[in-house]
Amino acid sequence: MTTLEIKNLQVSVETEDSAKEILKGVDLTINSDETHAIMGPNGSGKSTLAYAVAGHPKYTVTGGQVLLDGEDVLAMGVDERAQAGLFLAMQYPVEVPGVTVSNFLRTAKTSIDGEAPKLRHWVKDVKGAMEALRMDPAFAERNVNEGFSGGEKKRHEILQMELIEPKIAILDETDSGLDVDALKVVSEGVNRVKDKTGLGVMLITHYTRILRYIQPDYVHVFVNGRVAESGGRDLADRLEEEGYDRFLTAGV
Amino acid sequence: MSLLVDETTQDHQDPQAQIGGDHRIPDQSRAARTRSFDVDAFGVPTGREEEWRFTPVDRLAGLFSDAATDDREGDAAADVAVQALDGVTVGTLAPGQAPRGTVLVPEDRGAAVASANTGQALHVAIAAEAELSQPVRVDVTGRGAGRRSNGHVVLEAGAHSKALVILDHTGAADHTGNLEVLVGDGAEVTVVSLQRWDDEALHLAQHEALVGRDATYKHIAVSIGGGIVRMNSNVRYAGPGGDATLLGVYFADAGQHLEHRSFVDHNAPRCTSLVTYKGALQGDTARTVWVGDVLIRAEAEGIDTYELNRNLVLTDGARADSVPNLEIETGDIAGAGHASSTGRFDDEQLFYLMSRGITEDEARRLVVRGFFADIIAKIGVPEVVETLMTAIDEELSLTMGRTPAA
Repeated sequence: MTTLEIKNLQVSVETEDSAKEILKGVDLTINSDETHAIMGPNGSGKSTLAYAVAGHPKYTVTGGQVLLDGEDVLAMGVDERAQAGLFLAMQYPVEVPGVTVSNFLRTAKTSIDGEAPKLRHWVKDVKGAMEALRMDPAFAERNVNEGFSGGEKKRHEILQMELIEPKIAILDETDSGLDVDALKVVSEGVNRVKDKTGLGVMLITHYTRILRYIQPDYVHVFVNGRVAESGGRDLADRLEEEGYDRFLTAGV
Repeated sequence: MSLLVDETTQDHQDPQAQIGGDHRIPDQSRAARTRSFDVDAFGVPTGREEEWRFTPVDRLAGLFSDAATDDREGDAAADVAVQALDGVTVGTLAPGQAPRGTVLVPEDRGAAVASANTGQALHVAIAAEAELSQPVRVDVTGRGAGRRSNGHVVLEAGAHSKALVILDHTGAADHTGNLEVLVGDGAEVTVVSLQRWDDEALHLAQHEALVGRDATYKHIAVSIGGGIVRMNSNVRYAGPGGDATLLGVYFADAGQHLEHRSFVDHNAPRCTSLVTYKGALQGDTARTVWVGDVLIRAEAEGIDTYELNRNLVLTDGARADSVPNLEIETGDIAGAGHASSTGRFDDEQLFYLMSRGITEDEARRLVVRGFFADIIAKIGVPEVVETLMTAIDEELSLTMGRTPAA
């Protein structure tokens, strides 16, 4: 049982002449086996929350706490957060020329576990995970994200999650830019990892579409750098019908 | 129809991240440059000359002086050791004794000084049709910083022979070194020049090759050590069907100036050339220069050429210059193109890798090794690849934990 606690988190980003506050006190607790959907309009700070928890240097935490089983996440380096069990599936995964997927996956797994995976099991695990995500085996010898289509990038993110087996995963708009088939494949991947490892999921999305395939236990509406409303599955259904207008007018 | 592709525009590079990009057109054809065995035909460079404008000439006064090698009783300025097996004859050649001087005519003062002050050039001859199972090694070991050393090697590969020659520079000296390569018809020759000098070494070099009909020539420059290294790797063809590949890998640290110049003179029809140089830089005042000249003469119909230079700047304070020059005198070619770019180390790559638990040091290593991966695959000489990977890891360990380029 793992708990990620985000307490009154305030984050700003450096702009040309001043720091701009984006997160204005976020409170959120995610336990193992729970799926929390974070929904909200563009620019509400959803991605900032994801990157700030992962430790991207562009964002400065100005207040609040992030705790993983009581450990201070904000005091950890980016790599240490991943080693502690956090995973961020990125909206725009980065190309790394000259580094093959297979080399990257093995290096990441070794770093997370503190030792190299046993070769025989590892080859089998990678092959199995790639098959499940309907990825061509030739994929393993391509360079990380180089020339990948949008769908391939997202599958590759979920592939990493399956192999790294984090405790808590933040999926940042993993559904954006996917067609229905790819969305199903990616969602199945997330559900598979959840069933197998009891992963806790923070699912950031702009649309309700992915919630047909990944069942959220909680839905939080994110507006203007804060959680404006929390509820269950029914809140998502209401958003589907009404959109975010109600929150936007209320926020002004 | 000529095809000119400037790939620079296709790169996803912030124009402001392009450091030292320079596409100035030289005021004369590359073919018009002075070539002479007479040292006095070349003035002492001041740094204002087109071909010396990037070089710290003030530190090279010793190498520009028409001075003999500083050999002392039982103590050579540079030891030269040759290892060669069956099929290889090792001898010497006096000035004017063919084939010495038939391919290499000095193109700058450093090369003229080397030529004039080498009484007996090392002659390595590979028999026609010999296929060497082991590389020929020529180890040049400098015996002291500031000591003048002049060298000239003539490599003669007979028709249809197959050979790998490794020229390895270590230690320290003020070294001018010429290499003259005759690639016989149908021969396959790979020359590797390793610059693994100590920090105080200074090295000027002209490597000149004549590629025979249907012959294959590969020249690989690997520059890691040395205070100043300035190497010209030049090629022209003795007949149609020749193939030349000029590769270079360099890694400059603070205080180092590593300069590579290549010149492919397409003077025969239906030949091909590929020039690829990649370098990394780190530390204050680390400096690299690449100038790639390609001349396609009127008679060079049906040729295909491409040259590429990429630089990766790892820290602030380093500077890379990159200048491709393409002169085309015939439109009847298969292809001609060039690409050049210089970029900073990408912090987003670092974040991505670290967010998967990979430590910063390991992530930097992955990115830099990845940067060099394609050229390393082209080298195809396992011994050299291993040396190079070890050297890259050692270089990176110097700056681990330091702040990357902002």
